[in-house]
Amino acid sequence: MSEMTKPLLEMQNVSKEYNGNPVLKDVNFTLKQGEVLGLVGENGAGKSTLMNILFGMDVIHQTGGYGGKVLIDGKEVKFASPLDALKAGIGMVHQEFSLLPGFTAAENILLNREPENKSVLSLVFGPRANTIDRKELQKKAIDAITKLGVSLDPDMLVQEMPVGHKQFTEISREISKSSIRLLVLDEPTAVLSEKEAEMLLKAIKNLSAQGISVIFITHRLQEIIDVCNKVIVMRDGRIIKELDAANTSITEMARLMVGRDVNAQSAMIEERPLSPEVVLSIKNLWVDMPGEVVKNVNLEVHKGEFLGIGGLAGQGKIGIPNGIMGLYPAGGSVELYGKPIQLNNPRACLDSSLAFVSEDRRGVGLLLDESLEWNVAFPAMQIQNKFLKQYLGGLIKWRDQEAIKNVTDKYIEQLQIKCTSSKQKAKELSGGNQQKICLAKSFALQPKLLFVSEPTRGIDIGAKALVLKALREYNRELGVTIVMVSSELEELRQCCDRIAIVTDGAISGILPASTPSEDFGILMVGKTGKEAM
Amino acid sequence: MEKIKSMLKAFGLPRLIIAGFLLLLFIVAPFVNIRVGASITDTLARFGMNSIMVLAMVPMIHSGCGLNFGLPLGIISGLLGATLSIETGVTGPMSFILAILYSTPFAIILGWGYGKLLNRVKGSEMMIATYVGFSSVAFMSIMWLLLPYDSPTMVWGYSGSGLRTTISTDGFYSHVLKDFLQLNIGTLSISFGEILFFAIFAFIIWAFLHTKTGTAMTAVGSNPVFARAAGINVDKQRTLSVIMSTWLGALGILCYQQGYGFIQLYQGPMYMAMPAVSAILIGGASVNKASIANVIIGTILYQGIVTMTPSVMNNLIHTDMSEVLRIIVSNGMILYALTRKSGASR
Amino acid sequence: MKKLNSKEFNVKEFAINNVVPIIFIVLCIVCIPIAGYSGQYLVSQIVTRIMRNSFLVLSLLIPIMAGMGLNFGMTLGAMAGQIGIIFITAWNVVGIPGLLLAAIIATPIAVLLGWFCGKMLNMARGREMITSYMISFFMNGVYQLIVLYGMGPVIPIHSDQVILPRGYGVRNTIDLINVRQSVDTYWQISIGGVNIPILTIILIVLLCLVIVWFRRTKLGQDMRAVGQDMEVAREAGIKVERTRILAIVISTVFAAYGMILYLSNMGTLNTYNSHSQIGMFSIAALLVGGASVSKASIKNVFLGIILFHLMFILTPQAGKNLMGQAQIGEYFRVFVSYGVITLALVLYEIRTRREKAESAKQLANLQKEGAKA
Repeated sequence: MSEMTKPLLEMQNVSKEYNGNPVLKDVNFTLKQGEVLGLVGENGAGKSTLMNILFGMDVIHQTGGYGGKVLIDGKEVKFASPLDALKAGIGMVHQEFSLLPGFTAAENILLNREPENKSVLSLVFGPRANTIDRKELQKKAIDAITKLGVSLDPDMLVQEMPVGHKQFTEISREISKSSIRLLVLDEPTAVLSEKEAEMLLKAIKNLSAQGISVIFITHRLQEIIDVCNKVIVMRDGRIIKELDAANTSITEMARLMVGRDVNAQSAMIEERPLSPEVVLSIKNLWVDMPGEVVKNVNLEVHKGEFLGIGGLAGQGKIGIPNGIMGLYPAGGSVELYGKPIQLNNPRACLDSSLAFVSEDRRGVGLLLDESLEWNVAFPAMQIQNKFLKQYLGGLIKWRDQEAIKNVTDKYIEQLQIKCTSSKQKAKELSGGNQQKICLAKSFALQPKLLFVSEPTRGIDIGAKALVLKALREYNRELGVTIVMVSSELEELRQCCDRIAIVTDGAISGILPASTPSEDFGILMVGKTGKEAM
Repeated sequence: MEKIKSMLKAFGLPRLIIAGFLLLLFIVAPFVNIRVGASITDTLARFGMNSIMVLAMVPMIHSGCGLNFGLPLGIISGLLGATLSIETGVTGPMSFILAILYSTPFAIILGWGYGKLLNRVKGSEMMIATYVGFSSVAFMSIMWLLLPYDSPTMVWGYSGSGLRTTISTDGFYSHVLKDFLQLNIGTLSISFGEILFFAIFAFIIWAFLHTKTGTAMTAVGSNPVFARAAGINVDKQRTLSVIMSTWLGALGILCYQQGYGFIQLYQGPMYMAMPAVSAILIGGASVNKASIANVIIGTILYQGIVTMTPSVMNNLIHTDMSEVLRIIVSNGMILYALTRKSGASR
Repeated sequence: MKKLNSKEFNVKEFAINNVVPIIFIVLCIVCIPIAGYSGQYLVSQIVTRIMRNSFLVLSLLIPIMAGMGLNFGMTLGAMAGQIGIIFITAWNVVGIPGLLLAAIIATPIAVLLGWFCGKMLNMARGREMITSYMISFFMNGVYQLIVLYGMGPVIPIHSDQVILPRGYGVRNTIDLINVRQSVDTYWQISIGGVNIPILTIILIVLLCLVIVWFRRTKLGQDMRAVGQDMEVAREAGIKVERTRILAIVISTVFAAYGMILYLSNMGTLNTYNSHSQIGMFSIAALLVGGASVSKASIKNVFLGIILFHLMFILTPQAGKNLMGQAQIGEYFRVFVSYGVITLALVLYEIRTRREKAESAKQLANLQKEGAKA
């Protein structure tokens, strides 16, 4: 075989486990020079793990490496670090920008690869005493921008740029590396306006025409059809299907993305009639939560139901409970039992018997340095004056250590929390048990309506099942209305009566949990999906 | 064995060295003709004078405002109380109570403003607190010259205006606590008055931290986001803690003055925060965790070293380098606390 | 867009952004007639102070560039410079060669201290300023230990001029007759009764040029990058820790040279006070010139020195003429020095906070409009 016909990148039987849980199974694909490969799949389907393997990221090495082979130009490679991958000509543009706000586009594009003027002083002080060749820097940056084929002012400061230009700066940086042969773009269009996204797609075609291969990860399936040569659909760590982009449709891809085996259905709960009484009504809600912006949400939660809120990452589903509970600036109107709730005021929400289990366990959910007792009892103590002994006619409110211990022990037993005692510090517990403490904390508030956000994020399978079971029981047996936000559709289908899907900061549809997952998949990909139908 | 190891680790190497050093000083002392009894008396006397200023660190550390380098602000409230009390001409123990009463409104007002300021500069509290302390000392230096005091015990004799740099508390509240309930056994003399006074306020703080509000304050320091999500008004808790710290600072300096016998004005309070900060750190506190035990242990260790080193050193090598050692030890301790990854878990 | 905006001169914004220098200009204008000094006296005083202090203040620029805030640890450099001066005085080396020798002695000490300080600051990210401040206190103790007890018995210095009569330890004040103004008087011209030391000016201009050149080097660019975002710089392969340490080392070495020039101009060394005072005064001067914790230029240095020291010269006399007590003026200038640092730090914090809140507000408004539409 001649050099030319060998594929640029080939993966053979690649697999990966985290602590015995397989996250990638038997991944095989090839990518030719100049080809554009679309990579689609739900969150947690294994896309990022696959990319981490390609780049030799530390997470992979620290968790026991991977199985199978990665070949470049037909030769096996094992990158020890992302720097090695860079040397081999692979570049990546991440979802989060890695740019310096006070530098110009040109300075950012050539960051730490600035062309230098050799000077005599560098003989004394070392190479870092060379001055930077501004002209050459400008020229190289313009070269990269032209190669990409976008309009970008090299002298503009990043902090003054619109988001799209920041994205172009990032991509230009990768392209300016002379050895670049393969570019991985992780959701590059998520933050772009329609027009900017169009420009970017055109740029991708440009690159491909110049012989640079692209792996394009996106949730916007129309874009895949527009620019890719072929598509790989991933689910549960496997490649479900490799498709020819020219001969597929959004519906087909969406179905493949979320489609499940039949046995998953068995875990589902029996259907219940929906109470006609509306507990919580949300109108025109907007929330300014970075990365999870809510634009306009209208939603009604019925009494006693278990409502799920699903959707892809970054579409705004997490912003909904965070905004209502006053953790991020919000506007619109929210009514509980017909009474309006004051927004941007956590206390007001808690006073009206709402409770919230945050997705950010360590940052918002727990007092890591304090005992489990404190964590469980604190909100109930502060909001409802529970676990306090009152002296001098209520002038002195003394912490009732015994009551606090009792309630903590009760929940430790009820939720099977593994700990040495109720005095143990929260930071010493495992993720799953920390999550249970967060649940216990909100149970202790005895709320009328409970928001739960991503309750199973980052915890192992066994703990996951227990957490979901606890929530289900809490809803079914005590009749507490629960609104659960989760990225995992299956998890929602196991617990909920109805599931609302959030796309682009608004509710794109509400369906009973028993609806086939394909339908949810189509709702998730949003507007473009509907148009295609 | 493992348990001992982890206990030692929690105790911290610098603390161990300091405790060991102090122990060594006490062992060496009898051999160089220093009476241990007198040394303990001295240490305890200094404990009585300084402990409340160390206690003043606790509320602010609890609410996450960091080490109170702005202690001079509290001291100034105390100085205002002290000078106003003397100005009224009341003598004896009554003047001490009056000084406390007079300083309280100043401490509340200054503490409130200082707390509001610190709420606007979250994350850089310590640096700004330091300079707030310095600026207020410098500002008051001007005020001591200009304020219309005219008690002859306080103003300069020759010009008849402006306060003196040091004012004797003799006849007012000098030694009011020190001489109260004093116990003498040979060279050892213990003033239970001062210890009792400290114990009362330590108990109040301890009790406060066990109430609903105290719990909220600790939670604010431990994780402000958690506290906010639990409906706590974070800024209000922080302001309250700053007011408490400032008031304790005022009490602390009054207690110091009664033991020392003099009121030091002008640049006197400038660097008074450092020993107090250092003492509580030596006692085992960190930038965001402190307890009453830390205050007691820290003050005893710190003051023990301050009293013992000069005498032992002098008798041993006939050179007094204690002041220099004190600077190195106390600032080294603060530096150690700042460079440790405390608060990394949040 | 940007160019258009900058052409429109917004008075209010200008005032808010330059509130510290404006306060000082007003203060000086008020004090000049009250103090009643002659113009010539003031000009010659200001020239002297610029010559004396600019090297020291300039040394603060590089850590600010690297995002490490105001380097309170410059005191360490001053200590190194003083040790150099103590040695040459003891060895009786005179004139410019003496100063050069002092600089040679001070350099390795400053490098070592700067390296130590940089290491510590890397361990205390996010609270660099208070840490560098405490380092200066801590090192002051070590300095005293060496100078007060070490010099004589441990470090062989036996000059009666330097060592206390008891046989060890350095005197409180040392007369630097050997090197007094040797740089300033080497080449000096007089304009309208004001003496202009040309060689000193050349040295200061040279340092300014070095700083301008430094900004253009690879290292300078790396420092700016590290100063903006350590994580992004690290991802790009810049050695963040090393770069930060270098920033402090360079600053410390410049501070040491600055201290030597300062002392030679003053003609006396206050062994146990000079360094701690100089740290505060240099930082205050820089802030008076309109610098902030994250941004400082050469322009800020000179404007700051002029305004700060003008205030320094004027207030005691103004206080005396106004209140009949020079003491009030003395205290006033101490208050102003501390106050200006406090004000600048607080304003900086509030400003960064406001910028963040502003962007959130804008987003919220956008959402609102979107929701309405």
